[in-house]
Amino acid sequence: MKTAVVVFPGVNCEHDVVHALEALGGEADLVWHRDTDLAGFDGAILPGGFAHGDALRTGAIARLSPAMKEVARLAAAGAPVLGICNGWQVLCESGLIPGAHIANRDLSFICRFVDVEVVDTNSILTRGTQVGQRLRIPLNSYEGNWVDPSQEGRVVIRYVDDPNGSQGRAAAVSNVSGNVVGIMPHPERATEEVLGSTDGQLLLESFLLSLVPA
Amino acid sequence: MRVTVKIDRRPEIADPEGTTVKRALHDLGFTETTSVRMDRVIHMDVDGEDSEEVRARVEDMCRQLLANPVLEDFVVEVES
Repeated sequence: MKTAVVVFPGVNCEHDVVHALEALGGEADLVWHRDTDLAGFDGAILPGGFAHGDALRTGAIARLSPAMKEVARLAAAGAPVLGICNGWQVLCESGLIPGAHIANRDLSFICRFVDVEVVDTNSILTRGTQVGQRLRIPLNSYEGNWVDPSQEGRVVIRYVDDPNGSQGRAAAVSNVSGNVVGIMPHPERATEEVLGSTDGQLLLESFLLSLVPA
Repeated sequence: MRVTVKIDRRPEIADPEGTTVKRALHDLGFTETTSVRMDRVIHMDVDGEDSEEVRARVEDMCRQLLANPVLEDFVVEVES
């Protein structure tokens, strides 16, 4: 089973994601955002970075890429779709996850490890974890402050402290059915001892476990 | 036609940048400033004959791309 890692111009975490998935025994390929066909892929990850230079709003241009139609198709079919950091912003702009992102409360670009805790295990990102389980994962973002006036987003992981003002201290949010998830910290950067934490493995393993043949 | 699109973040959505600018204005002694919102203005030139048609098209642009319906309201002004 294979995961598509979608590459928009300006994305910069795609190789880390492929490396982390492969190290966990998964199979992943980079897919250019102009690609119109994700047949043969059983799930998708939108990696972090600065898609289209964050022009207009983070994720606003990326959501128009042809590959996003295919990502939406996978999401509608129940396949696992994960957006990491900028990838979560793209999922919000696409309407696949409720809400939107604004600048961090204190206007700081936050680049450090944060402690998060699982609050809901019913998602493709958290199914292999326990409620209340704490994880240490690097956060690396300026617009990580999630707002959701609709209150429809389901927080599945929250920050232990409140680094950026995100509603409900949300670090990761799922759609209603649990197969589309956005996370602001980077699980792929916490997958080896040399990186300072291996806690991201549990989350990416959950993603890989959620893949079923398309 | 010259079109001006004003995109405002809804009052109930926080504006951390506006809050920071307000604080800086207070530091400079402009303590009468009670609120600052860093909204956006987009200037466009759009081909068209009928200003109402142009307005309808640009409003459609706002709904599809220029404004985020979760966060923002927009006003379109067409110079005739």
